[in-house]
Amino acid sequence: MRKVALSSRDLRVRIGAREILRGISLEVEHGQTLGIVGESGSGKSMTVLAATGLLDAPGAEVTGSSVLMGEAGSAPVQLVGASGRVLRTVHGGRIGFVFQDPGTSLNPLLTLERQISESLEAHRGLTRRSARARALELLDAVGLPDPADRLNNYPHQLSGGQRQRVMIAIALACDPELLIADEPTTALDVTTQAQIIELVRQLQRDFGAAVVWVSHDLGVIGQVADSVTVLHNGEAVEQAPVLDVFDRPQHPYTRELLEASPRIDGDVAPPHEDAPVLLKVSGLDVRYSVTGPVGSTVVHAVRDLSFEIRRATTLGLVGESSSGKSTVAAALTGLVKPHAGTASLAGTDVFTVRRADERALRRRISLVMQDPFASLDPRARVGAAVAEPLYVHQLAKGKRQRRERVAELLELVGLPADFASRYPHELSGGQRQRVSIARALAVQPELLILDESTASLDVSAQANILDLLSQLQLDHNLTYLFITHNLAVVRRMSHDVMVMRVGAVVEYRPAAELFAAPEQDYTRALLAAVPPARPRASADPR
Amino acid sequence: MTVDTYDRRASWRLALRNPLTLISAVILAVIVLAALTADRIAPYGVNKIDVPNALQPPSGAHLFGTDELGRDIFSRVLVGTHASLEVAAASVTFAFFVGVTLGAVAGYRGGWLDTVLMRVIDVMFAFPVLLLALAIVAVLSPGSTTTILAIGIVYTPIFARVARASTLSVRIEPFVAVSRTLGTGNVLILRRHILPNIASPVIVQTSLSLAFAILSEAALSFLGLGLQPPEPSWGRMLFDAQGFVHLAWWMSVFPGLAIFVTALAFNLLGDGLRDVLDPKQRTLLDARRKR
Repeated sequence: MRKVALSSRDLRVRIGAREILRGISLEVEHGQTLGIVGESGSGKSMTVLAATGLLDAPGAEVTGSSVLMGEAGSAPVQLVGASGRVLRTVHGGRIGFVFQDPGTSLNPLLTLERQISESLEAHRGLTRRSARARALELLDAVGLPDPADRLNNYPHQLSGGQRQRVMIAIALACDPELLIADEPTTALDVTTQAQIIELVRQLQRDFGAAVVWVSHDLGVIGQVADSVTVLHNGEAVEQAPVLDVFDRPQHPYTRELLEASPRIDGDVAPPHEDAPVLLKVSGLDVRYSVTGPVGSTVVHAVRDLSFEIRRATTLGLVGESSSGKSTVAAALTGLVKPHAGTASLAGTDVFTVRRADERALRRRISLVMQDPFASLDPRARVGAAVAEPLYVHQLAKGKRQRRERVAELLELVGLPADFASRYPHELSGGQRQRVSIARALAVQPELLILDESTASLDVSAQANILDLLSQLQLDHNLTYLFITHNLAVVRRMSHDVMVMRVGAVVEYRPAAELFAAPEQDYTRALLAAVPPARPRASADPR
Repeated sequence: MTVDTYDRRASWRLALRNPLTLISAVILAVIVLAALTADRIAPYGVNKIDVPNALQPPSGAHLFGTDELGRDIFSRVLVGTHASLEVAAASVTFAFFVGVTLGAVAGYRGGWLDTVLMRVIDVMFAFPVLLLALAIVAVLSPGSTTTILAIGIVYTPIFARVARASTLSVRIEPFVAVSRTLGTGNVLILRRHILPNIASPVIVQTSLSLAFAILSEAALSFLGLGLQPPEPSWGRMLFDAQGFVHLAWWMSVFPGLAIFVTALAFNLLGDGLRDVLDPKQRTLLDARRKR
């Protein structure tokens, strides 16, 4: 028999005169997963916070109703407007939470045992000893290796994926009826993400809790959800079983989202084998010395890396976090000094350039970074940001010519010329990234390095930026080094692909070959971990 | 929201919505105006001696009373405003330019230059403020320029530290790295990107330092090492009033009040500015206001 675990009706949140949520209704049944998907600012997190009574934004006013139904023995509880005392008995006891950032959700000063037993002692009144036994059981259940030793560890001794496992153990400590997972895998690598998704599904089968899973990633939602709510600007534009959402999207916004998601099974650019080589890197080796409180250690970030990029093609550099992929970009742009190796940009040696020639070299390689919020000076107008390279390299004479060139560059990246007088905070993430690209293009570089340049954007903004980059490459014969952790994006953009792991190359081949028949286990594991475009429910009916 | 954190005009508007900040800003405006027009609006000459009217209590003719030589205290406090503010402003300006330059360069360059500069500054910090100022005044001869220099040197390390600390956090921002990859030179990066982004804490420090500079000038003058008579200054007036505390309370109370009000106003303005310019404090403030 199906029983509703949480039923929310007409949830509205207003802050001042602004209505952030406009009447959202949700329902999730025991043993089922509700996926909430939407882009940043759509109100996803606000929805779950309001529905669980956790919303604590200054001046926020929540109306509507949200009832935790309760299993046999526990009474239904109205969560909207409930007193702090009521909420304390529910949170942690009957509702468990897992948040996005496992790095900051754990208290760095407590051992894992203390963190897990906290809610057990509060809600179940367990003694310290029995709480310890239960904590051990939970760590084992979430698949942490050597749980008995781990109990006395501190969060910093664990990797990101292990911390998220601990967060899940804490959330499940009191056998909650409802598990809220707010972007739980967004900060994790794909392989770790796949493990966490698998873990939650398995635990859900074992414990039978209802799950509300919030994500911006339709692929992830397709893997976990039974039914899906699509949010847009604080409104639920579509609510349907997962298969219907993917196969028969009703609302145009849902269709847009589905189209914008990069697909791992899409087309691959044909290789350009006849193009001349622009950049040839051989034997690149980068070591950092990290000075800590207990002496300094050497981190070997990149080991003996060799590759080449042909003119007007894209090399996709793929790897998980700390694979050394960004270090390659830093070495090529002069931000770090390599330990060994050579790099030749159409005959010029990049690493041993003389001081006098350095500025000229910087003109030929430019960089677009990941974070569109941090890579623009918040105090400089867009026009000044784009004009900076023009000024530094004296590419335009006088203010008027600079202004004209800035307008031209903005137009090139699809922004109106009057954006020059705006500040970065007045722009959306996608617009900012366009400004970064315009700035990088101002010097008419031979090589453009894109370091996770679309990673922090919403899927629709990402799709637009990728289109723009492809178009620019065709129109201006640009050469890209495209660094990303996202295999689907790499597939779409690259002629050649290089997979890196802990500073070394795993596999380096033309994109078509690599995606068709990966040779290395690690590459296969990466590909397998990417959430497929089809929802899992189609293969695994429950 | 982080969105409007960087909008400085909005910050000023928000600052002036705080009644305490608004009041201190108005008081400071009046004080500055008084300093600028002191010579014209003072009812009596600053050094006009009128012995028959010596030690008169406050009255209609002499608002703040008269001193032992019959000079009008109201006029002297007014003209003293000019001297005090001038010394405070000039010394803080000195400390601002020298300190921010040293701090920003040290923080941006790092390495041995940073170590050397910061150790020198640590040494300067180790001396009590007044003692250091006393030593400087003792080496040079007392007077207005020496006072400015002494207070300026004493407050330089504070600006250097504030500027360096902020620079350390700004220089690792991606936008600075991007500028370096574009080939932008260090001087231009410092001017274009570092300085505007460390301005907020430095502005706050300026306001707070003005308050301390007013106090330091008063203290030095009180010790006879600041401004020299007959030039009126608040600290000097307090010094002169020492012998008459029981006979004529007004001789010490009014100059003391002037010091108190001015220093307090600068302090409150500084606090108000910190509330709006420091993003962390700012959100707290917004939250409090909305509740």
